[in-house]
Amino acid sequence: MKRLAMEPAPGSFLKSLRVQWRVIQALMMREVITRYGRENLGVLWLIAEPALFTLGVSALWTAAGLNHGSSLPIVAFAITGYSSVLMWRNTASRCNSALIHNFNLLFHRNVQVIDVFITRIMLELAGTTASFTLLSLFFISINVISPPIDLLQVIGGWLMLAWFGAALGMVLGAATAYSELVDRIWHPTSYLLFPLSGAAFMVEWLPQRGQDVVLLLPMVHGVEMVREGFFGDAVRTHYDASYMALCCLLLTLVGLLLVRDAGRRVEPP
Amino acid sequence: MILIDNVRKTYNTRLGRRTILDGVNLRLERGRNVGILGRNGAGKSTLIRILAGAEQPTAGRIHRGMSVSWPLAFGGAFQPHLTGLDNLKFVCRIYGVDYRTKVDFVEDFTELGVYFKEPVAHYSMGMSTRLAFALSMAVEFDCFLIDETMAVGDSRFHERCHNELFVKRKDRAFILVSHDANEIRRHCESACVLHQGKLHPFPTIDEAYAFYETATL
Repeated sequence: MKRLAMEPAPGSFLKSLRVQWRVIQALMMREVITRYGRENLGVLWLIAEPALFTLGVSALWTAAGLNHGSSLPIVAFAITGYSSVLMWRNTASRCNSALIHNFNLLFHRNVQVIDVFITRIMLELAGTTASFTLLSLFFISINVISPPIDLLQVIGGWLMLAWFGAALGMVLGAATAYSELVDRIWHPTSYLLFPLSGAAFMVEWLPQRGQDVVLLLPMVHGVEMVREGFFGDAVRTHYDASYMALCCLLLTLVGLLLVRDAGRRVEPP
Repeated sequence: MILIDNVRKTYNTRLGRRTILDGVNLRLERGRNVGILGRNGAGKSTLIRILAGAEQPTAGRIHRGMSVSWPLAFGGAFQPHLTGLDNLKFVCRIYGVDYRTKVDFVEDFTELGVYFKEPVAHYSMGMSTRLAFALSMAVEFDCFLIDETMAVGDSRFHERCHNELFVKRKDRAFILVSHDANEIRRHCESACVLHQGKLHPFPTIDEAYAFYETATL
């Protein structure tokens, strides 16, 4: 019978990479079926779920007039804002519960802790990105919002938010292997961070002191970048891409260190 | 070859650190097998989890020079929403096996009938056990880890498992852990006793059994 060569020769980086990619694909398919099943929309819920959230919030904000009398189109304001929140909040929350739900998968030699996180991060980012894109396209096509002034800028800001979400997810996900407290504390924290995250306001609207405080939060810079791309000169934005990149870099580093160590710490739930 | 080199495993408990494995050594060559005897709580399952790679040792290292299975017939990784077929596909994807070449075998061995395409949540205990065992056989490992699984199921199931594992795959290595010396006597060519964190090797199973009966009580 044909045997498997599952332990790649040491140093065979490409081979390991291939195994890892295969494992991540398998995990993604499993995750999607597990989460959404095969009934009704199935995998499309990955996009529909964030889209429904965003639509609901957009409707609420429109009703509440959250653009504060500025000339900004409220629908575009809500979509850019709320989609940005989903980028970091959902990714982090999904990673938080990843180890508890997937411990048993670690019985398969090829499945490592980091694969579990990468899977959830990729799915979450893909779903939110698709929902953001589709909603934007839809509202542009029916002339409710106008196309972004600078698409590249939108993509740039979006990628920064994705990086932030992925790094935050890894840090929080791996930290749950150290203490259950992480999960408990993350819920109130994410709730409190939401109003500060720049989703529901432009930094420009705040007094100087408020601006200084809010700009300490990395995701605020990402939202500002996306909105500058969307609205162009209609808004005055405040951001520092290098500051955000530095924060993401640090988080990524901490995340990778924690993930490596989480592999040694993780115990059966 | 599989080498367990001075492996220690400790867990944090409310009463401080508890050492479960305290410098365990074992060497298993390709095609050979060993039984590990231990009382309840001796650390057998911990050792199996570490061998499978689900947990990392606190100290020491494991060298795996051949492919090692997950604990045989381990059904814990089943996702209740996935069907038997989904689970087969998943396992095959993980290990890089073409699942289409395994469908017939798994369908035949599990005798699930229409349930093969139903969610595992709807399975009876016996059905899950048969599926778990069949999936373990779908991937051709060099070494199987067996954690007292042969104890469940009816005698017909036992016989079929025995046939798949010890007859059709008698060229493979395996590590069997059990608290039942007869189980080990029946299948293994050598035995060790896991006692108070140490693994004691014995040249014959009778000697292992003698030690097990006297020292571990």
